[in-house]
Amino acid sequence: MAAVQMQGLVKRYGGRAVLDGVDLEVGRGSVCALLGPNGAGKTTAVRILATLVRSDGGRAEVAGIDVARDPRAVRRRIGLIGQQPAVDDVLGARENLVLFARLHHLGRRAAQARADELLAQVGLAGTGGQPVRTFSGGMRRRLDIAAGLVLAPEVLFLDEPTTGLDPAGRRDVWDAVRALVAGGTTVLLTTQYLEEAEQLADDVCVLDGGRVVARGTPRELTAAVGGDRLELVVADPARAREAAALAERVAGELPVLAPAGTGERVVVPVARRRGAVGAVVRALDEAGIAVDDLVLRPTTLDEAYLRITGADRARSEVPA
Amino acid sequence: MTALRTREPLAGRLRWAVADAFAVAGRDLAHWRRQPAAVLVGALFPVLLLLMFTYLLGGGMAVPGGGDYRDFLVPGMLALAMVFGVEATMTAVVTDTARGITDRFRSLPMAPSAVVAGRCLADLASSAVGLAVLIVAALAIGWRPAGVAPALAAVGLLLLLRVAFLWIGVYLGLLARDPSMVVAVQVLVWPFAFLSNAFVAASAMPGWLSAVAEWNPVAGTVTAVRELFGSPVGTGGGWATEHAALLAVGWPLVLTVVFAALAVRRFQGLSR
Repeated sequence: MAAVQMQGLVKRYGGRAVLDGVDLEVGRGSVCALLGPNGAGKTTAVRILATLVRSDGGRAEVAGIDVARDPRAVRRRIGLIGQQPAVDDVLGARENLVLFARLHHLGRRAAQARADELLAQVGLAGTGGQPVRTFSGGMRRRLDIAAGLVLAPEVLFLDEPTTGLDPAGRRDVWDAVRALVAGGTTVLLTTQYLEEAEQLADDVCVLDGGRVVARGTPRELTAAVGGDRLELVVADPARAREAAALAERVAGELPVLAPAGTGERVVVPVARRRGAVGAVVRALDEAGIAVDDLVLRPTTLDEAYLRITGADRARSEVPA
Repeated sequence: MTALRTREPLAGRLRWAVADAFAVAGRDLAHWRRQPAAVLVGALFPVLLLLMFTYLLGGGMAVPGGGDYRDFLVPGMLALAMVFGVEATMTAVVTDTARGITDRFRSLPMAPSAVVAGRCLADLASSAVGLAVLIVAALAIGWRPAGVAPALAAVGLLLLLRVAFLWIGVYLGLLARDPSMVVAVQVLVWPFAFLSNAFVAASAMPGWLSAVAEWNPVAGTVTAVRELFGSPVGTGGGWATEHAALLAVGWPLVLTVVFAALAVRRFQGLSR
């Protein structure tokens, strides 16, 4: 049974459909990343699943419970970590967790014991009574995550959990999420960062304009967009364009509209791996273009994502 | 691992609603423990006003019908302190909403009513403390209430007024969605305060202004509290002043009913 299920979910704000018939299924114990640009409907989807907002159509189930029919039962099985750390700045980490545990209806003793467990789990046990105000972004986020884990939820929603964090804080949060997943928690996270989806998610669902435009494992998505990329750095930036054209003719898939790249760096989609590097090097050599660096690598999710969302926009502009 | 089963409700949801409200209010009390200075500053602001008006402006004030301006002012300041509480309530509500804390509460298996009820409890408690501080200050500068029982009744009326402005604050806080909006209320509260009988007797104002001041939702409380404390009331005034006790109960009740309904609707509208 799926831990999260959405069927034809619709949400309108002022006549505009923010979610326009979204279907999604997240398997128990898996991590699903909702990926999409700002305004794609990611947060709205999470808010409906977390019982904060009612949908205007379709169905949503969490842990097998309809979110519209029995929100209270859903709330007992979920943890929500919103876009910004929703913890009390004045209080210390432990005070925060005891408060949230009490609001989960744990008794005083149980609440304190649970708070201590959670502090240890997210590595904040040493913070004592220090007010949260003095925490780093990563620490604050970890406390925020701990606050979402009071009842060891079946499903955890993370809405852009690492937005605004420095790389260390981001790694902190990723580690925390991985530990949770290892413990069997289902995670649905939204993100604008492809890297985050790649790092954490079993499945990726790309939302754009309130619709699902692609879904699959990160590998499937990159594979669907196609093959490999040849990235080369030319010694003379003035010849980058020329080098790109040449590389495309020799190894590229047709048609390529505009080679991507800035300055001396050129990225060319490669149709076939075999022989591509040799052919391009030979051609560049013959043309007398010096190359400082040359790498053949798989397409990143980033590139796939741009292609997917870009392509969808182009398609939707064609009158039906 | 602690047993994570939630305890069974003993007397149904109502009991949890009360327990949750106290838990939410407890958060504010924990703030007091951590930031006593902030609480003190909040409580001392009306004291400062009392001292300023008594000693800087009081010399030029005459109370219609006689009496000391200080004794006339103290009940007015007490009532205004309750009105100023609207800012604290609004700030707390709008900040929690803007920072996602309200949403976190709403995603918990707690009673949704406790989010607002807890705010009410906490703000009432802090206003009671503020009232006590202000009364001590007034006693220190020589003001004396007539008796204990009527003084307690007066305090009851003042807290009733606070309840009304509490709900106004909750509603405005939910309406604003942006903490910077509090400034607008902080500014508007001043003309509202001066357009009452708190600083100056309504009868000393020009005709239509005096009617506005008399019908100001604070005015009934101010007059009734003056009477209960045995402070000078100021002569003159129309129907509203003569029926101050009625208005001191009626105005807060009407405001509470109206703004509580609006606030609850607004709160439920968060899920729209």
